[in-house]
Amino acid sequence: MVTMLSLPFVAVVILVCMSLAAMLFKRNMIKIVMAVHVMGSAVNLFLISLGYREGGVAPIFTNSPGGVMVLPAPQALTLTSIVINIAVVALMLSFAVSLYRRYGTMDTRKMRLKG
Amino acid sequence: MDGKGSSRIVRNVTCMLSVPVMVFGLYVVLHGHLTPGGGFAGGAVMATFIALFMVSFGKDISRRLDSGPFSVSESLALLAFVGIALLGIQVTFFSNFLANSGLLFGLTVPFGTNPGFLGTGGVTPLMNLAVGLEVFSGLSLILIVMFRSGGDGDNA
Amino acid sequence: MMEHAPALVIAFPLFAAFASHLIGRLGSRIRDIWVFASLLLTWLFAVFLNLEVMQRGTYAYTLGADISSLASPAGFPVRIVLVIDGMSALIAFMAVSVTLASFIYSRRFMERVSGGGESADRYCSLVLLFLAGMLGMGLTGDFFTLFVFLEMTSISSASLVAFFRKGSSFEAAFKYMIISAINALFLLFGIGMIYSQYGLLNMAAIANEMVLNFSFLDKVALSLIVSAILLKLGSVPVHMWKVDVYQKVPSSVAVMCITSSLVGIYVLSRILFSVFFSMSALTGWMIVCLGSLSIIVGVSMALPQKDLKRMIAYASIAEIGYVMLGIGTGLAGMSSTFGTVALSGGVFHIINDALDLGLMFLIAGAVFYATGKTGISKLGGIAHRSASLSVLFIIGMLAVSGIPPFNGFVSKLIMYESVFCLNPVLSVIGILGSILMLSVFVKVFASVFLGSPYKGKFREIPLSMTAVMWIFALLIILLGLFPGLALDGLVSPAVEALLGHGIYMGVII
Repeated sequence: MVTMLSLPFVAVVILVCMSLAAMLFKRNMIKIVMAVHVMGSAVNLFLISLGYREGGVAPIFTNSPGGVMVLPAPQALTLTSIVINIAVVALMLSFAVSLYRRYGTMDTRKMRLKG
Repeated sequence: MDGKGSSRIVRNVTCMLSVPVMVFGLYVVLHGHLTPGGGFAGGAVMATFIALFMVSFGKDISRRLDSGPFSVSESLALLAFVGIALLGIQVTFFSNFLANSGLLFGLTVPFGTNPGFLGTGGVTPLMNLAVGLEVFSGLSLILIVMFRSGGDGDNA
Repeated sequence: MMEHAPALVIAFPLFAAFASHLIGRLGSRIRDIWVFASLLLTWLFAVFLNLEVMQRGTYAYTLGADISSLASPAGFPVRIVLVIDGMSALIAFMAVSVTLASFIYSRRFMERVSGGGESADRYCSLVLLFLAGMLGMGLTGDFFTLFVFLEMTSISSASLVAFFRKGSSFEAAFKYMIISAINALFLLFGIGMIYSQYGLLNMAAIANEMVLNFSFLDKVALSLIVSAILLKLGSVPVHMWKVDVYQKVPSSVAVMCITSSLVGIYVLSRILFSVFFSMSALTGWMIVCLGSLSIIVGVSMALPQKDLKRMIAYASIAEIGYVMLGIGTGLAGMSSTFGTVALSGGVFHIINDALDLGLMFLIAGAVFYATGKTGISKLGGIAHRSASLSVLFIIGMLAVSGIPPFNGFVSKLIMYESVFCLNPVLSVIGILGSILMLSVFVKVFASVFLGSPYKGKFREIPLSMTAVMWIFALLIILLGLFPGLALDGLVSPAVEALLGHGIYMGVII
């Protein structure tokens, strides 16, 4: 049964499937990079929703109202994975830029190495 | 981008905004151990300032922006991060040797809910600063390289 | 100082990588000395790790704790823990040694190929980052650090693939980056699933929890993690990126790429042996099937290749298949004698792979250095110009194909005999693969080295490159004649470490 709390997980599955489909079937390099980023965001969403506790507060003692705190570890993981994702996407975009300048096209079908 | 950049109004507002943006970024970096945020978020805020300049000034600024200093400061920040981790080696690698020592950022944290004190946290704020500088220069480097569409492929 | 070796062995290359970027501004000679010195120091640390493991057995190092051996302050490991046992120390030692050799080799090679200057700075720091990533993957004791170091290796190696800045090398790098982005995210997804159940990231602690309750979600996570790592090491269903990457990467880095896929094998076996050991029969058979498929596909695709490096890349897929065969049999027959023997064959083959295929890639690089070509049909008669290169090629060729006086024979023989107990067909596949491998290499040897003397420009191969290749060749002969040296000193502690999941958990919990 789908409750409100499991909605993020459904979204994660949909996003991962969408990005995998895009990576497999799209021929435009920019779209492939976007798919990689969407997949990264889906995984981040997954991690963040793991750490969510209903009614919890941020795990910081400063001015904390007390009560349940959410888990800090998934948030740390998410932050790290965001950073890594940015590095990956930047690197891929710069490869795409160089490829565009060499071949004059964004279409992966028109390049030499295939498969 | 047509390369010309935006109108005079946008340019002036960009110049006016540069100070608050940098200050806010520094605030986020420095208070990383007390409030949400920290090195990465603050560094990213500071790097938006470079992006803002690029958008509003267009080609005029691309000659001025040099990737050299950013790449030096990126390496320096990373060295500082690893170096701080190495300094704790008499206990363990990454050991927080400044916490509760009474030195820089070495105040003891009072127990329980409190408003937060800047002088606590030991090496965490220092590492936050290093990460902030590194993220700022790394993202700026990426932006500059992409802006010139150089495609260097080396910004990791 | 020395008790911090596990952390320092990762931290030092990292520090050196960032510093070499700055030191490169002072001059290329100073930078080379700096990189060499730091690699040497890292190598010493890795040697020390091996000695320490022999004395102390498996031990853990906790980052940031008050006492380095204190893994669980409250019975709940939250800190980053490095676990050093026979296997991870062996992998660390291998990674550093190969990098050191590749750096010595690459000094003259890169000077000629890339022209020095700024790009040489970048090369040095990327190589050091690559090394730090491999060491981190080898030594880490928790899943999340594994993810971080995996990304570090893939980002730095992708930048190295694009190093020549040609269209096709950017293509290979782009392809590689897509694959590694997918595999890292799958890994993270799997890690998240495990975390959601146990609230733990430490491998040993998770294994401890899994003994009590193994759920369906764990199987899903297992399949995600294993498929991610198979993508990383390029076994058969997902081998397509490997060939392009190995063809386009500078030869000195190709050696390191081989080592990184061997580190991937280590990570796979660490996860399957130490964490998901309750599933070992199923996963073992799966790894065995994929391994034998890799042998068949790798060898049969190597036959029609027209490019020397591409051909060796396919051969490396087949060789990875042999390692997987050994390790998979070790998993499937975990409590039996033949399983242990097959596992030791697989672990020994990890060392041999790094040496044999490393030597082949270094020779391909030397041929490229001398002639500027790697196409098989464009070359010919190299033996008339450089006799030592052809002798080296013969040694490498026989070692890769598992012919008696060389090291490949020993590990393959161990595997044929033990895999036979699991299923006779597997050793038939293994032997057939070796024979076909020999035919592939003999064909290439004939067309590249024999024939009428090479007429084009032939550049003299510098001493540093020849010396490194001869060191590889001598090690191949040494390990072939006295396999007991490696089997007793390095392989058997590693096998014990892999099989002893109780000890592995006991270090942390």
